[in-house]
Amino acid sequence: MDFELNDDERALQAGLRSFLQGRFPIDAVRSIEDAGGSPSRAHWAALAEVGVFSLRRDGFGCTDAVLAFEELGRALVPGPLVASHLAASVPVLDGAADGTLVVGIVEPSQPVTMVEHLDTLDTLIVLRDDGLFAVSPSSVQGTAIERPLDALTPVTAVFDLPDGEQIAGPDVAAAWRLDGMVLTSAMQLGLCLASIDLAREYAMQREQFGRPIGSFQAVKHLLADMLTRAEVARAAVYSAGVTLDGRADRSDLQQAARTAKIMAGDAALFCGKTCIQVHGGMGFTWEVDAQRYWKRACVLDTHFGNSDHHASAFADALTTGGITNGHL
Amino acid sequence: MVLRITRADTRRAEFLVSDGASDTVGGVDLQLTDAERGFRDELRAWLAGVIPGLPAEAHRNDWPARRKYDTAWQRMLFDAGYAGVNWPREFGGRGATPTEHLIFLEETEHARAPYVGQNFVGLLHAGPTLIAEASAEQKAFHLPAILRGEHIWCQGFSEPGAGSDLASLSCRAMRDGDDYVITGQKIWTSFGHTADYCEMLVRTDPDVPKHRGITWLIVPMGLAGMDVRPLRTMEGSTEFCEVFFDEVRVPAANRIGAENDGWRVAMVTLSFERGTAFVSEMLQSMELARDLAALAKRITRNGVSAWDDAGLRRDIGRACAELDALWALTKRNISQAQRTGLVGAGGNVFKLAYAELRQRLGDLAMHVLDRASLSIDDIGELPTHAHVKGRIHALSLGIAAGTSQVQRNIVAERILGLPKDR
Repeated sequence: MDFELNDDERALQAGLRSFLQGRFPIDAVRSIEDAGGSPSRAHWAALAEVGVFSLRRDGFGCTDAVLAFEELGRALVPGPLVASHLAASVPVLDGAADGTLVVGIVEPSQPVTMVEHLDTLDTLIVLRDDGLFAVSPSSVQGTAIERPLDALTPVTAVFDLPDGEQIAGPDVAAAWRLDGMVLTSAMQLGLCLASIDLAREYAMQREQFGRPIGSFQAVKHLLADMLTRAEVARAAVYSAGVTLDGRADRSDLQQAARTAKIMAGDAALFCGKTCIQVHGGMGFTWEVDAQRYWKRACVLDTHFGNSDHHASAFADALTTGGITNGHL
Repeated sequence: MVLRITRADTRRAEFLVSDGASDTVGGVDLQLTDAERGFRDELRAWLAGVIPGLPAEAHRNDWPARRKYDTAWQRMLFDAGYAGVNWPREFGGRGATPTEHLIFLEETEHARAPYVGQNFVGLLHAGPTLIAEASAEQKAFHLPAILRGEHIWCQGFSEPGAGSDLASLSCRAMRDGDDYVITGQKIWTSFGHTADYCEMLVRTDPDVPKHRGITWLIVPMGLAGMDVRPLRTMEGSTEFCEVFFDEVRVPAANRIGAENDGWRVAMVTLSFERGTAFVSEMLQSMELARDLAALAKRITRNGVSAWDDAGLRRDIGRACAELDALWALTKRNISQAQRTGLVGAGGNVFKLAYAELRQRLGDLAMHVLDRASLSIDDIGELPTHAHVKGRIHALSLGIAAGTSQVQRNIVAERILGLPKDR
């Protein structure tokens, strides 16, 4: 048993972090926000070139993808990253891997289906229990929302979603959901870590009553709670990645993925709001990125089922013997 | 800078190219190795053979009988080669890796083997300290007796005036010839009324900064001038004692380390933690959590079961997911200890999260039991004892071995590097 990243995994993580610091520094992300919130084709091509979408085809596993998506979440990179990554693997949509095809995903809901980044999509995949359905974005009639919750996640309200053309069956849909949950949880973990860095930096530098606010226990304990939630989430997220790769002594993939999505989802919301709290009045401004982390956490919580949904599902599995992790 | 992540970029990927093997090379791997499986199977077989023949557990208030029960189990472990499973081989232990220690704790819990009980301080605290700091004679005398279950140890660290601020302890030891003469009081001394020896921190120099005037002593129990008074906890039981010292003479030869170097000796002990401290607890909590779902279906009020309450059900699901995550964190901590010899930040993080979660789980159990929670004892076939006692026990988790507030200070200052507020 070994839970430590090896040199290759560290190299992958560090390499991607350094790429993102160069290509997607927070200033660049804010510029994307000013330009409407969706990444440009050039951005997408850069992400493709580094291998974000083709990772799995190149022989890497879910754990490797988890490390990559943690960094994407940390850097607040916008766009349908998980959907395009999944579309480059199974079933293969031509162009998804090299970034020429921007693929989005949506689960239908009533009375309205909220589609993200619609204007930039080449293909919209509708994820249903009975399969994946491809919809041409130009055929989707909807109302572009003027003020999306997250300015980096533009949304369109769709009241009549086309059925689309079935491209995969229930098994692939279930696999997408499972992978999607884990990769989203990795991005949520990244949001936690970015929120902690930002809050820590501010707590060290901001002075009141003649000393840094980070020296007050009341503030320290907020930061300690952020780190605690993030590290518990990290264990759950990495463990889920390893479980999906078949390198853990457990067979309940669903529960492993649910645990990751619940823990990372709740942690990202907690870290985001606590980062705002640590910043005081500044935390409530548009200028400070704390709001961006919290808002993205709100968006990602809705992807592939929110934490409440999965907590209920986890409970149901308790009584149907669907859990195989040790004594649980 | 453009970094293309391709197969050729990493050693694992190269392996994939050259061997065409699946992705099982290196990196995070939570499966047991063949050696670990072998250790587990051997232990499992031994447990299956001995557990059915164990005597009945002693009554909770019959301390002499409980001592006999705990030490008899320790002797069985010793005879089978499982005593001090994580102690180094040269001192009579099995030299198990942290992962093997985890397996030991998992398997003993699974087999419902007796707990470490009164052997706790000797095996997990005093023993490791002696291994690190004691003289050859001290080791030769004490270590085998701990492993064989012949000596029970207790701990005399905390005092009424020295809790979170342990270094401010004031129990005085004056040097008089070849003896120390101890006067003062200790508190929270688990098993003080059944122990043979006490690992003790005493004030040997009151005129220097507090950390520099402390000495670590082995104190035999039952000496003249010593008064042990059981301390009843909110559970109604008396695991803890207060110990009063009135000019108790202890040979200076019982000192571990140098005079006034006791704080360092005590801190060395803390570094022995390998991430396994809460494994048995965690396993019990996971089992209670699963039982809770079944229990919630059985207990009804006005014809409606607790399980029919979607909110309660979701809360239970969330608590179970968190236990699942903390189990992953436990493995991560143990892995790190196996690699580096230290748990590091993960230990503080785990304790903070677990103390909070265990309370929440306890609250849920009380809600599920509803009126049945008014009994600490089992009611017929209802397993109220485990849940209600567990709920009460959970209140101690954020207090014992460093309060959650102290843990948060440690996380904030040592891990996040925030300024000290002193």
